[in-house]
Amino acid sequence: MNIYVLLKKTFDTEEKISVSGGRIEDDGAEFIINPYDEYAVEEAINQRDAHGGEVTVVTVGDEDSEKQLRTALAMGADKAVLINAEEDVEEGDQYTTAKTLEAFFEDKNVDLILAGNVAIDEASGQVGPRLAELLGFPYVSTITSLKIDGETVILEKDVEGDVEIIETSLPLLVTCQQGLNEPRYPSLPGIMKAKKKPLDELELDDLDLDEDDVEPKTKTIDIFLPPEKEAGRVLEGEIADQVKELVSLLKNDKKVL
Amino acid sequence: MSDKILVIGEVREGELRNVSFEAVAAAKKIGPNGEIIGVVVGEGSLSGLAEEMIQYGADRVTTVSHENLKTYTSEGYGQAVMAVINDESPTGIVMGHTSIGKDLTPKLASKLQSGLISDAVDIETDGDQTVFVRPIYSGKAFEKKIITNGITFVTIRPNNISPLEKDESRSGEIKTKDVDVADIRTIVKEVIRKASKGVDLSEANVIVAGGRGVKSAEGFKPLYELADVLGGAVGASRGACDAEYCDYALQIGQTGKVVTPDLYIAVGISGAIQHLAGMSNSKVIVAINKDPESNIFNVADYGIVGDLFEVIPLLIEEIKKIK
Repeated sequence: MNIYVLLKKTFDTEEKISVSGGRIEDDGAEFIINPYDEYAVEEAINQRDAHGGEVTVVTVGDEDSEKQLRTALAMGADKAVLINAEEDVEEGDQYTTAKTLEAFFEDKNVDLILAGNVAIDEASGQVGPRLAELLGFPYVSTITSLKIDGETVILEKDVEGDVEIIETSLPLLVTCQQGLNEPRYPSLPGIMKAKKKPLDELELDDLDLDEDDVEPKTKTIDIFLPPEKEAGRVLEGEIADQVKELVSLLKNDKKVL
Repeated sequence: MSDKILVIGEVREGELRNVSFEAVAAAKKIGPNGEIIGVVVGEGSLSGLAEEMIQYGADRVTTVSHENLKTYTSEGYGQAVMAVINDESPTGIVMGHTSIGKDLTPKLASKLQSGLISDAVDIETDGDQTVFVRPIYSGKAFEKKIITNGITFVTIRPNNISPLEKDESRSGEIKTKDVDVADIRTIVKEVIRKASKGVDLSEANVIVAGGRGVKSAEGFKPLYELADVLGGAVGASRGACDAEYCDYALQIGQTGKVVTPDLYIAVGISGAIQHLAGMSNSKVIVAINKDPESNIFNVADYGIVGDLFEVIPLLIEEIKKIK
């Protein structure tokens, strides 16, 4: 099976966000594989181990994205592709990324594409379904189980807490939800091996795209931080009195009861 | 050119979700003088729902009813909504940022070769430009975004844009559109209901959330009871989910759901930065925790330092008195 994973780097979830001049300050920030994409990498490796084939991780990013691709290779992916669009597109959007990936996949023989259901930075969750549509693949988002039997695929999809059992077939694109699996940590031998695994770097030109083909349809005009939340009041006295006071504050001062 | 904005309603268990009406209000903000056309997709008669959409501000509504639209699939709904889009050629499209909205709108945007601004929490007008405000980094920051080319396509986060006042005297044209919904490649075989009945976490006005301090699945019982009294929903921290006190569907935080209820009661939650990202934009936050040093007290409006198993029953009793 030819399995592909769409991967994106994001800020480490521990990072505090600071903004200057309407942009996110990323100097010195730690980057990780987007946590939902980790489920996709893990699942891809498990499916390959069960059914044979090859796992390729693909990212549309910048030169620093190599680190996260190497991590995915260390987890067990076979190959990596970095599509470096930084030079050509300054501020791409989801349209840009999906069009870029469409061009990448055009001449590929694909059975399964896995992605995270959302990235924890931009959080639009668009690229997976957009790409599936461009490739003419069926897709299922937020999956928590994936079973492949020949051409038939049985999925479980999280729908706001309910579970849908879905039957479909390959080729297919899925986006992964928490609960699908437990992503492994790269082992030391895995990390050593990853250094020698193939990592191709492409630019838009290599995909026969020019910037007009992927020109974004949306633009960010400002970024700002929410107002700092002031520490509130810790109530005092007997617990029973505190509870009475709390209810009164919520009802009369805040009017939320 | 005057605006023509399509609002895709969302039906759940035979009723329109509230976010559908919020989407109508959002459409009004995008095109105050434009025409607002509701779309209702489903099975059986949908005219009652169409009427309700008009009462909430839509000028007219098109319904698409077909047996293959009983359960949502991206292909089925995609065919139905695209047929209406092709008829109307709208200048804008609005839908709720729900499980279905998140799944369907990127497909439509891809078909339309358009941009899509997901998960807007506010809409501002700057001259003749419509500016959408949306959280990024799970609410640690916000961005203002505009459409630079093509159709104004947006999904809105539930609970953030107020619906217009319902006006039962409003009337408008209701059209049915016949669409031959076929060739669906993803078949929903079964739906297993696991979500707590009643209030959905992303739409709840009140959330009672538990963390590791709740100690067990059994320990969540009083939280459910409290949520019930408040007409709210129960959520959880990652710690509680990892410890299997509850399902991952309840998880609030950087991974998991981001929520903005009027009242958030954090019970036995320490307040890791990843959890705060998911809830710190709630209107009023109450923290109940044994440890006075817990980080959660730094974002809470009110805190009670104490044993949750003592505090929650008292709280339930006290709230019952005023309800």
